[in-house]
Order: sequence, then C-alpha cells, then structure tokens
Amino acid sequence: MNEPRHLFDKVWDAHAVGTLANGQTQLLIGTHLIHEVTSPQAFGMLDDLGLSVRMPQRTFATVDHIVPTDRRHEPFDDPLADAMIKALRANCERHGITYFDLDSGRQGIVHMVGPEQGITQPGTTIACGDSHTSTHGAFGAIAFGIGTSQVRDVLASQTIAMTKPKVRRIEVNGDLGPGVYAKDVILHIIRTLGVNGGIGYAYEYAGDVFDRMSMEERMTVCNMSIEGGARCGYVNPDDTTFAYLEGRPYVPKGVAWEEAVARWRATASDPGCAYDDVVVIDAARIAPTVTWGINPGQAVFVNERVPHPDDVPPGERASVAEALAHMQLQGGQPIAGTPVQVAFLGSCTNARLSDFREVAAVLRGRRVAAGVRAIAVPGSTLVKEACEREGIDRVLIDAGFEWRAAGCSMCLAMNPDKLRGDELCASSSNRNFKGRQGSATGRTVLMSPVMVAAAAVTGAVADARTVFAAGEA
Amino acid sequence: MALAPVLHVRGRGVVVPGDDVDTDRIIPARFLRAITFDGLGDHLFQDERTAEDGRPLGHPLDRPERRGASVLLSGRNFGCGSSREHAPQSIARAGFRAVIAGSFAEIFFQNATTLGLVCLALGDDELAAVSAAVEADPTAELAIDVRAASVTIAGRRHAGAMPATARDALASGRYDPLAELLEHDDAVAAAAARLPYLAGERA
Repeated sequence: MNEPRHLFDKVWDAHAVGTLANGQTQLLIGTHLIHEVTSPQAFGMLDDLGLSVRMPQRTFATVDHIVPTDRRHEPFDDPLADAMIKALRANCERHGITYFDLDSGRQGIVHMVGPEQGITQPGTTIACGDSHTSTHGAFGAIAFGIGTSQVRDVLASQTIAMTKPKVRRIEVNGDLGPGVYAKDVILHIIRTLGVNGGIGYAYEYAGDVFDRMSMEERMTVCNMSIEGGARCGYVNPDDTTFAYLEGRPYVPKGVAWEEAVARWRATASDPGCAYDDVVVIDAARIAPTVTWGINPGQAVFVNERVPHPDDVPPGERASVAEALAHMQLQGGQPIAGTPVQVAFLGSCTNARLSDFREVAAVLRGRRVAAGVRAIAVPGSTLVKEACEREGIDRVLIDAGFEWRAAGCSMCLAMNPDKLRGDELCASSSNRNFKGRQGSATGRTVLMSPVMVAAAAVTGAVADARTVFAAGEA
Repeated sequence: MALAPVLHVRGRGVVVPGDDVDTDRIIPARFLRAITFDGLGDHLFQDERTAEDGRPLGHPLDRPERRGASVLLSGRNFGCGSSREHAPQSIARAGFRAVIAGSFAEIFFQNATTLGLVCLALGDDELAAVSAAVEADPTAELAIDVRAASVTIAGRRHAGAMPATARDALASGRYDPLAELLEHDDAVAAAAARLPYLAGERA
C-alpha cells in the first residue's frame, strides 16, 4: 500500500519535469490560458528571442478585461483597448492558438470560458497571466496566476520554474444558514485566516459544505483563494465535477470519457493523507458577509459593526484607520445602512448562471432605489444567452439594472465601466482595493450577488435575508 | 541569456508606509491598457501621488530629498492582489533595484525576482529600525547583501529573509529561468507523453 497522498502532490509530481539549479521545480503546464492584458509583452519577448510557441494546441485565448460591455463593435472607442484586441488576435493567428473572439459565441472572462468549454479538467496544471486563475481549482486542477515573463516561459517551453507550496486543508462542515452563499464562505475564510494567511500555501477546500456545492459555487470559492494569499486553491473532483464536464466541447467522448473519469477520480486526495496544516470552520457560524475596508480580509457580518482602531492590536491600528478614512466610515458604526450609489453584478467570482438566477428570484417585482446606478454584466457570452433564454435579463432590466455584454467590466475598470468620484459600489467582485473600480477615491463593498441586489433596491448595505423576506412588499 | 549576477544593491531609500500595499495601488489598472511595458515607471503609485485634478498629494516618492532613491521600503504583504508583472515593472522602471518589506505576496515576489528586482523581507522590529533610519536621514545609504539576505544602514546590519532559491538565482545570474527551462526540452516532451491528456499532442 502506497502512502496516502493529497491531490496537490499527485498532480504536482505528475507534472514535475525536473529540478532546476536553484532548487525550484520545472513544472509542466498542461493548459495555458491567455488574454489581451498580460500576453502581448510575452509574445514580444518571444519575438525578440526568436522563439516559437511550444504547444499552441494547449494554449487558449479570449478577450475579457478591456471589452466594452455596451458598444462592442470595433474599432473600440478607446484606441488603447482596440490595439490590445488586435494584438491578441494577430498573435493567436500567427502562432496557431485557439482564440474565442468577441463574435465566437464563446467569449467571456477567461476563467468562465475554460470551464464552459471543458478545457478546465481535473488533475491538470493550468496557468494564466491572471491571479484569479485559482478559479479552475474548483475542478481539482492545480491552477495559478503567473506574471508576463512566466507567460513567456510557458509559451516558449510549456513549463515554469516554481517552488512547491505547502498544502492547507480548510474544512467547512455543517449547514449554511438561509441566505448564506459560497461568497460568504470564502469572505469568511479570508477574514479568519487573513489576506496573507495563505502565502506559501495551496488551499484544499474540503468538508461537507464544499461536497454539497455546485461547480459554480466551488468556482466562487476557489476564485478568491488569491485574496487570502494562496496562489492556488482546489476542491477534490467528484461526481458533481464529472456531471458538469460531461459533453462539453473539449472533454473526451465515449470510452475515453470513462477512462478520464476513472483517472480523475483517482487524483482526489486519499483518505488519511497528511497536510501541512488543517483549519476547521463551522458552517453554521457564517452569516452574510461584507467588506468594510480596502482589502478582502477587512470584512464583517452584515449585522456587525465595523471595527474601531482602538479595538484592534496596535500593529493593525494604522491599517484600520487608513481603511476607515478611505471608506468614509466611523469606527464602531454598523455597516448596514451605509449608502450605496452603484450596484455591480459581475466578475469571474460571481457572474455565472446560478448567480443571476438567485438574483432574479429575489428581484422579481422589485425596483432599484432612486439614485443607484445598477449594472449586470454576465461573465460570458454563454451565460448571457442562457439568462436571456430564461428571461432573467428581463427581470433585471425591469428592476432597473442595465443588462450588458460579457467581460470583466467594473471589477477592475479597464473598460469604460467605472466608478465616478467617491461613489460607493456594492459589488459581487473580488477586490476592494483603493482605486480598484476605476476612481482613486471610489469605494467598494464586496458581497454576494443577492446582497448586491438587496443593496440596489434599498440604496444601502442591507441584510438580504430581511430585505427579501417572504411576504414583504 | 547570461545575466549579470545580482549580489549587492546599494542606494538611498524611500518609505511607502502601510501593510498590504496592493498591485492596484502600485500601478492602477488603467495603465495596463498597453501592449508593452514602456512608460510604466512614470505611473508608479500614480493615484497615491496625484489627485484627479493634477494636484500633487505629497507622496514620499515625490519629496525632493528622496529623488534618486533606489530602495523602496514598505510593510507586510507587499504586492498583494493581481499577478500583473506591470507592478514590479513599474517599480524597476522608476529606478528601484530593491524592495524591503515585512513580507511579499507570492506572485509579486516571483515576478520581481525574475526581473532581478531584489525583494528582502525583514521582521517587524528590523523593518521598523531600518525604516526609521531611512526616514531620519535621506542621504543614508542602504547596502543589501543578497546572499546573506541582510541590509546594512547607519553602520548596523539587519538580518532578513529571502528564499534560498531566489538568493541563488540572483547571485548566480540565473534569475530569468527561460534559458534553463529550454535546455530540458526532451524531458518536457517525455513528461507530456506520460500524461494522457497531453499524450496525443505534438510534443
């Protein structure tokens, strides 16, 4: 009997090419995802060195960050964005790389496209020049973000130099309360372990809460691993994973499918394997969670008060004071009731079909509050079309949301969707950094999509469990 | 691609205080709308340095006595957030050769090291002492010893931390790994051939 091993070790060992002179591992990257922001410089470096793409058929591209979500026809109004999409298209054509272009019907945020197409598979290594590549870990892949020089390395060699991280198992057991979503679980984990708690670790999410989650919920959780400092986070593959993948364009068919499923099942962590660290969290203690500060760990339950600088350890006082000043909040005040000027439903964290279904279910017959600018941006063209087939777009539009085309949009405001001045945005995205949503003085409060809907209809940060309580008009 | 070894960094410092200085603050996303890294140095910490109306905000980087500083000092978890290499690129292109911080976010650290930008982590007390020495004397020179993972200022040596892999890569001039990765192409092909999902591919 072999020593029991966790998924991370199995996948890492299977992809380890060798040890480099400095002691790092040369790791084979089976799937390389690229987009318009972090790849053009890498292609430029390749050209300077006279190198070609090592495995173009394992490289997949789409365009997401800079895409306008209202008027999508080219040339884009922004000449810089227009140059970026043209460079991506040209690089893909020149190197024979599959590219899901704007009009392909399959374009979307790169972390939506991989799973939708079945490119994202268990037991694989996936790299992309984007920190939210951790999303793909939901399928039991080792998936992580890389910088542009590493994009170059993967293009040229299909490998990168990497130090093997430790593995922390995060178990969440028990029942989540009504109105508590995957987003609340991951915000609570980051709040508990800190924004730097995951440095040097890969996170394995385990326990019956994750076992019961849909793939879309698991993606929400894995997506924000990096916000807790962990470059990579994963859930062991199971029947939920295989059911999601079956029949998607890039997964094997027939006998090959059965073989793949057997292989994938065997990649899951063995019972009794050892971890570098284990953290156990009680699901019943998690309430709808919102951020109050300028990093995703600065979060409270929606019915709590924001901290006061005097209440935290001396080493954290300056950070808390800085965050409160930026957010225009007073220490000790309740977070609920904080006025909201913008509501954003979107991003690779929470812009999937299930997110919009949840929102539509509570928004039917409700109206966005006066003075709130509300936009809904599906994460992919396929999600957009699925929502439109189900009439979800109508519910959102009738409620007062703008219904847009797929892209990263106001998560990081590289396209025209931006906060103005010091607007406060209730956002289903992943980062509340200063300036993140396009205005240096703009303010972001992260929360689940249903909580965004509650903020939109009340014009303030609000507990969705109360706002949408049955029977309330 | 032989690179000059990075064994020492000597220069004056500037302190950008605070923990969790994220990549959006280092280089706001709107400056990523480009197909090269050219000019990124001009926008380092842009939104912390200049208000929307163009008014200077008195950022440490803009103080005349800090002009020409080549060592950036900050708090814990420096460079958290995005994988954008634009962040260390903007720091390096603004003339910095090293960052000293309480700790570093992982992707930032790897991106910076690949560029030869030295990232030295110091414990709380050491960081406070070094930052105070920099604040006290704008002309004070910091001397970072990469192999020893230490920094000396005002005649005092402060021990820090840097993973051995990064120290070795910098000190041997192998911090850009591409040449070494390409040397093992046969092993890459063999590894791919062993993996069923890649075995059918050209390798």
